[in-house]
Amino acid sequence: MINFAQTFIDALSLGSLYALAALGIGLLFGILRLINFAYGDLITLGAYALIIPSTEAVATLFIGGWPWFMVIIAVAVIVVAAALLSDLLVFRHIRRADPATLMIASFAVSFVIQNLILMFYGSRPKSVDLWSNLNYQIAMGGLRIPLLQIVTILATLVLMGGLTLLLKRTALGIQMRAAAEDFRMARYLGVRGNLVIGLAFAISGVLAAVASLLLLSQTGTLSQTLGVPLMLFAFIATVVGGMGSLIGAATGGFAVAFASVFLQAYLPDDLRPFRDSFVFGIVILMLLLRPSGLVPTKALVERV
Amino acid sequence: MTDTAQRRFLRAALPVLALLLGVTAITALVALLGNDEMALTVTEALVRLIVVVGLSVFIGNSGVVSFGHIGFMCIAAYAAAWATCNPMWKQLMLTGLPVFLQQAQYPFWVAVAGGAVLAAAVALVFGAVILRLSGIAASIATFAFLAIVNNVYSNWDSVTAGVSSIIGIPTVVGPWTALAFALGAIVLAFWFKGSRFGLMLRATRDDPVASRASGVSIVRVRLAAFVLSAFIVGIGGTLYVQFLGVATVDMFYLQLTFITLAMLIIGGMGSVTGAIVGVFAVTVFVEFFRFLESGVPMGDLVLALPEGSQEIALGIGMALILIFRPKGLTGSRELKLPGLGSSRRAMAPALTTTEAAARS
Repeated sequence: MINFAQTFIDALSLGSLYALAALGIGLLFGILRLINFAYGDLITLGAYALIIPSTEAVATLFIGGWPWFMVIIAVAVIVVAAALLSDLLVFRHIRRADPATLMIASFAVSFVIQNLILMFYGSRPKSVDLWSNLNYQIAMGGLRIPLLQIVTILATLVLMGGLTLLLKRTALGIQMRAAAEDFRMARYLGVRGNLVIGLAFAISGVLAAVASLLLLSQTGTLSQTLGVPLMLFAFIATVVGGMGSLIGAATGGFAVAFASVFLQAYLPDDLRPFRDSFVFGIVILMLLLRPSGLVPTKALVERV
Repeated sequence: MTDTAQRRFLRAALPVLALLLGVTAITALVALLGNDEMALTVTEALVRLIVVVGLSVFIGNSGVVSFGHIGFMCIAAYAAAWATCNPMWKQLMLTGLPVFLQQAQYPFWVAVAGGAVLAAAVALVFGAVILRLSGIAASIATFAFLAIVNNVYSNWDSVTAGVSSIIGIPTVVGPWTALAFALGAIVLAFWFKGSRFGLMLRATRDDPVASRASGVSIVRVRLAAFVLSAFIVGIGGTLYVQFLGVATVDMFYLQLTFITLAMLIIGGMGSVTGAIVGVFAVTVFVEFFRFLESGVPMGDLVLALPEGSQEIALGIGMALILIFRPKGLTGSRELKLPGLGSSRRAMAPALTTTEAAARS
């Protein structure tokens, strides 16, 4: 029982991280039909922003040494700027392209960001000590819960709450939801397309920034591909949850995390290394059996 | 002017012949006049040409972007590695291999055929499952396939040596071998494009509803192209490891997927000519930047671009193409020779692919 509860909390905290990232991806897909592969690199960029750019093997903290709220704000500003820049330079010019082309364009953006990081920071992985006191474990009735897991879950709850308020209660939020449902119709009714899209990129940037800080305090190591695995799982989470639906993205994040944590815990030893294959297999099954995801949206129903 | 069968054949065959000659001429020029390093570059470019032409067989005709073909390349490459690497090493490191692979060392031809057939067989099974998905869903499924192949081959230690490399593969592939297979791949791609299946597949791309109404089975024609393209990409994979002499899982993942797709898109997704042009354009581009990275002497000082500029330039170049020439450098058209042009077009309006498919 203890074992199960421990696994459950692990899954919950991993799911929070996936849900954060999945929300960022789902938001852009809902409005733009863009599967943003560069999202993982925005997460990487947020983590690298903490240290002084140099190709030395030892990382020197820069922003990372500031008080925690300053760190969050500074990293968020940098990542949001990069996200907006990627829209301004690339995605804005191919709004009408089909989803596959957009996905390839985001591949190109990802490739550029990754290699810019390589150019300025060198290719060696660097260890960074960010908020390591979060690894302190709280003992609770036989369970041992790292503080970081609780912080991750709380941060996700706060951000999801804020996002929900923004989308439901503000005029801009309502415009965003309208744009996600039917972009063309929303524009006819006076929604300013580029403003809404810019806001979506900005919000996804904030989510990426928080995800990068949580991820880095967990792994403690910087590398050019830091954000890529998180992006991949967040991406499949949006597929599992239902592309274009935000509740779906969050649900998908938790679903994927629960699947992978429980597979890790209960798969036979021989099969455990292939856990990710099972998770990706679930995605293919979802696409075949329930293509609209766990939480379907009306906007994506295809008509023939 | 009546159109005899002979003239029609000539009109279709001459541009293909011109492309084959062009590729041969470039290869010969570089291999005979260049140094050893250039011969290596041209060999690698030709192997990539095979892969990109293979990609274009499926992507170009079906309009469905596949992110998973490098997975087929991986499968074929490992099969070739199992067949050809040193038996002593295999018995030591790859204890899970079946005995017939472990004990013997097979010749080049067996490795190429075995790898490509294995890739095609996997494509047949996987394609039959996922190709009924529409556009982006099918693309996502192919992506999941790539991730699965990478995960399995990275962790199946007793057979693939995990994330470490398989070494000791005889390096028998040089520019001429690669050229022969590249020419074969080009011919195969043109043959498929002109065949009944190719025509029906392009009809499903251009108008799925009308093509279905004309009796085309989308899954069946897509599957044919998928299997053939996996076969060609697989050949590329088997040649690649027998060119490098090593096989590692990470060679066949996101990086290579990106570069091969970049080549296809920069050249033009919709045509075989585009695939060929794309490979050569990107190779020349990348080599040029690699040259600048290594440093250019300017009087007393050596000017060099920092490491990574080559990749950044490629990413920017690709974004520019997507923005300004979404159909690629060739506009996704095939090569046309002057003088053989459009006598038939002038007399009758061209058939749409759907009509043509319905007739065939």
